[in-house]
Amino acid sequence: MTGGLRGAAAIVGIGLTEFGALPGRSRMEIMAEAVRCALDDAGIGKERIDGVFGADFTDSLIGLTMAEYLGLNPTVIDGTNIGGSSYVNFMQSAALALHAGLCEVALIAYGSDARSAGRAGRGPGPVPYETVYRPRQPIAAYALAASRHMHEYGTTREQLAEVAVAARRWAALNPAAFMRGPLTVDEVLGSRMVVDPFTVRDCCLVTDAGAALIMVKADRARDFPRAPAYLLGIGTATTHGQIACMPDLTVTAVAESAPRALAMAGIGLDDVDVVELYDAFTINTILFLEDLGFCAKGEGGAFVEDGRIAPGGALPVNTNGGGLSCVHPGMYGMFLTIEAVEQLRGQAGDRQVEGAEIALCNGNGGLLSSQVTAVLGTGAAL
Amino acid sequence: MTSSGVRGPGPDAVFAAGLEDGEFRIQRCGSCGAHIHYPRALCPECGSADLAAVRASGRGTVYATSVVRVRPEHGENYNIALVDLAEGPRMMTRVVDIAPEDVRIGDAVTAFVGEIEGDKVVLFRPAAAASAGDAR
Ligand SMILES: [Zn+2]
Repeated sequence: MTGGLRGAAAIVGIGLTEFGALPGRSRMEIMAEAVRCALDDAGIGKERIDGVFGADFTDSLIGLTMAEYLGLNPTVIDGTNIGGSSYVNFMQSAALALHAGLCEVALIAYGSDARSAGRAGRGPGPVPYETVYRPRQPIAAYALAASRHMHEYGTTREQLAEVAVAARRWAALNPAAFMRGPLTVDEVLGSRMVVDPFTVRDCCLVTDAGAALIMVKADRARDFPRAPAYLLGIGTATTHGQIACMPDLTVTAVAESAPRALAMAGIGLDDVDVVELYDAFTINTILFLEDLGFCAKGEGGAFVEDGRIAPGGALPVNTNGGGLSCVHPGMYGMFLTIEAVEQLRGQAGDRQVEGAEIALCNGNGGLLSSQVTAVLGTGAAL
Repeated sequence: MTSSGVRGPGPDAVFAAGLEDGEFRIQRCGSCGAHIHYPRALCPECGSADLAAVRASGRGTVYATSVVRVRPEHGENYNIALVDLAEGPRMMTRVVDIAPEDVRIGDAVTAFVGEIEGDKVVLFRPAAAASAGDAR
């Protein structure tokens, strides 16, 4: 079965800032730099933008701030915040608006000074029945999920560490990645314990970074200079807000969002060439690989052993180095999408997955709370 | 359609008042019979507003557990857990009166009203220790 938004819209411009520490620069300045890059990539001026999509943990009216800052007069403004997955979710809202003719050029943009401002990512807040226990969110929610996965399926800390090591090996191939030095399983295990069973190396980076992408209706995509990346399928799902309300800590809403996205795209997992997952913590990659269906529930730990998701492995996962080693400025969603676009364009350099035609992206938000699965493809996959 | 009007303290306030009295209250739905926690105005199972506060049995089982590591200069490590109540709901808490890293999934635990930095909260302790303490 296909349909829905399959082939309705395409990404025709992407922009990234440097990743890491950008001291002395504000969120909006960083966002605007990424927008300038995306406009240049798409070969258009800002006056063409009539749809604005953005979410932010510090500015709940970010859509208005963006329009004002960039000097835009949009007909569509969307600031829906469902956590870090928002920036995958925006591809659905933008495709809907483009498909309906409510706007013609959608800008999705993000900027963060999380590292320089000393702001780590946070979960949904304030949560009266959980915050009072000082759970150190978002780390604790994911740590609790890991504890349950280890209990039910015998997943080990070494297997969690394999995820961090694979991400680092990809990062070593990506000149833009923030942490590129060698990393071993023993080094992950021996790092400072933060929230059991996670050491600091089981946790994502906190960086500054900006990202922007430009989407248009698919029938206009060929008018732009770069090879379009088409939206083939997308699905959104949520299981809870606060972690105590997650029905099963070993099963995420990816189990709902992924089948819908794949059905819309009309593809199976065998058709997927490259996978970009929101790896805020090492357990994420294991949970999402299981819930996507790459392995059975409980087998994710064994699945990631022996470099299977690392460079040269059977399944390329998080090819930029992920949130663990490349970039994580609070909301990672758009960075995984943009990596997928770079892979589909064939411009990913040393980390390029040969002949990548279909990319599977999964954004995670809140405390494993929201999941958005998206399938992107080249013109050949359309 | 207009609401007939709801008066008096809401479910959050009833729960907080219980804590002040040293009592852990959850809710029971008069329509579908489900027990609810955290307290709400509508049953998340069936949507009914017919929810009554009831005293929790206090019996629970550890569903997931972790330890928040605190740098020594800032204090001591502490436990964070999810506990499944005998009545059904799951809640965040801390399991205390035991080393935080010794809490195990599946442990039987018993609720009591304690404090964290001045806030009254529902905490749990190992069931065996609790029954010894309750012998008075
Ligand atoms: Zn009910």
